Amino acid sequence: MGSLELGPVWLSLQLATVTVIVLLLVGTPLAWWLAYTRSRIKPVIEALIALPLVLPPTVLGFYLLILLGPAGPIGRFWVQLTDSALTFSFSGLVIASVIYSFPFVVQPLQNSFQGVGRAPLEAAATLGAKPLDAFFSIASPMAVRGYITATILGFTHTLGEFGVVLMVGGNIPGSTRVISIAIYEHVETLSYEQAHILSLGLLIFSFSVLLGVYIFNRRLPFNRI
Amino acid sequence: MAKLTTQSNLLLDNFLFDSAETLELNGITAIFGSSGAGKTTLLRILAGLENRATGFVSYKNEIWQDTKNGVFIPSYERKIGYVFQDGRLFSHLTVEDNLYYSLKRVHKGLNEKTTIGFSETIKSLDLQPLLHRYPNFLSGGEQQRVAMGRALLRSPQLLLMDEPLSALDLKRKAEILPYIKNVANQFQIPILYVTHNIDEATHLAQRMVLLSSGRIIASGEIGEILERADLWPLTGRLEAGALLQATVGPTKKGMTHLLVGEETLKIPAVSIEPKTKARLRVQAKEVAIATQRPSHLSIRNIMTARVLSIETGESIFSELLLDVGGQHLRSRITREAVKELELCEGQQVYALIKSVSFEGRLFT
Repeated sequence: MGSLELGPVWLSLQLATVTVIVLLLVGTPLAWWLAYTRSRIKPVIEALIALPLVLPPTVLGFYLLILLGPAGPIGRFWVQLTDSALTFSFSGLVIASVIYSFPFVVQPLQNSFQGVGRAPLEAAATLGAKPLDAFFSIASPMAVRGYITATILGFTHTLGEFGVVLMVGGNIPGSTRVISIAIYEHVETLSYEQAHILSLGLLIFSFSVLLGVYIFNRRLPFNRI
Repeated sequence: MAKLTTQSNLLLDNFLFDSAETLELNGITAIFGSSGAGKTTLLRILAGLENRATGFVSYKNEIWQDTKNGVFIPSYERKIGYVFQDGRLFSHLTVEDNLYYSLKRVHKGLNEKTTIGFSETIKSLDLQPLLHRYPNFLSGGEQQRVAMGRALLRSPQLLLMDEPLSALDLKRKAEILPYIKNVANQFQIPILYVTHNIDEATHLAQRMVLLSSGRIIASGEIGEILERADLWPLTGRLEAGALLQATVGPTKKGMTHLLVGEETLKIPAVSIEPKTKARLRVQAKEVAIATQRPSHLSIRNIMTARVLSIETGESIFSELLLDVGGQHLRSRITREAVKELELCEGQQVYALIKSVSFEGRLFT
């Protein structure tokens, strides 16, 4: 009793970091496409991405459990590939978190790309910038607020997830026992002191990160008018 | 002279752009037309910004688009500079970095002679004091100067300018016009300049392309286009008139004398060096006609003229084309006046113009 239990903290930070990296890599091209496409299937994709916002985590967790389980299509493939199950493993948690936090990354990115619009990219093209060049030199820096928001929301949302993790990951120390699960268990076993330490820690951490972001946003030179 | 050919088709939200024209470009060419005529669309097609346009575009010896043969050179490979109506400076970069953005991406294969240098651009557009500022802190006029500099630094062979002054008030416009003329003279790049302002066009351009409903209606020397009565519905009936080539003379008693052939016109004083060649835009509605030299008259300018033609349409007015020492002048008078004065072609008359009507219409 009383000693600080760091395992779940590290695991949560690891999970959030990996998840955000995957999300930014997958979400950027998707958000770019959504921002500029004239395709008719755009609303379908947008609705799919927004689903995790409205579904109870248990519904998502339930289907993920079936999909990722050794009998499910993705799970079976994973077992053939790595000889281990996806469910109740860290990799499984990453997949679940990516899907669960998808809208929190894609939507801010899409909004900020739309905010940048075609105009500066056209200007860049007339100045000799190829599309990829224009993306890195113009669109990304201009959408920097979107990237910051996406990263922070994706990270903190993954840190705070509970239902999906519980259903797909369970509670295996060192592998799937993240902060929120640990807090839940401490409360269940009436170890309020431990629950306090983790909860307060998470609260202070989240507040500091958000505060830092808002201060940084104010300081961006081109955001001051 | 640089040859520009376009045969382009583009259907945009019920607006069909359809033009076929070969233009000889030299100096500044005004693209003129009312809003919705397709001026910006033409520029965007030339720049490769309308990838839904089909047809053929070539400039000098290069084919930029040939839909039949599957050729479409993207914007970033066309040797153009584009100055947008809204400047479109990159807000996350300082003025200096905006300029370097295009300098770094200058067309390959240019030799020293055809490359436009950083310092000469800065100098010609007076950008030095702005270099370390962010675009959001610049005035509209300053932003457009930077946008021009940025477009120039790519060393383009054709500069496309889309109403760069439309967001500025008259005073700022007057400040920036000399910079544009300077750019055209100093760097010897043909400029296509979109505008719907006749004075701006007359001030800057030697040639004019007239657009209406997505079609090129006419192109040629600006004076010839402006004096054509058949084009007045497009160039603006109220503004209609002719351009007189004049030489600036001395200024006496608050009036500047202008020499037009053998005749002398007096206009409200302007601060232009004597002997400068200038163009004077004379609106048809400001020119009255007399068959005998009148006296006891407030009008200061009386020129001997010969009637070349009298056009009478549906309206109550007749449009006269006059010859003044080899130059053309336009006069709009009522049909009743034509009848009463018994005017006929070939007749010698006196053209009367109030000095005050010249205010702001002399262009160097």
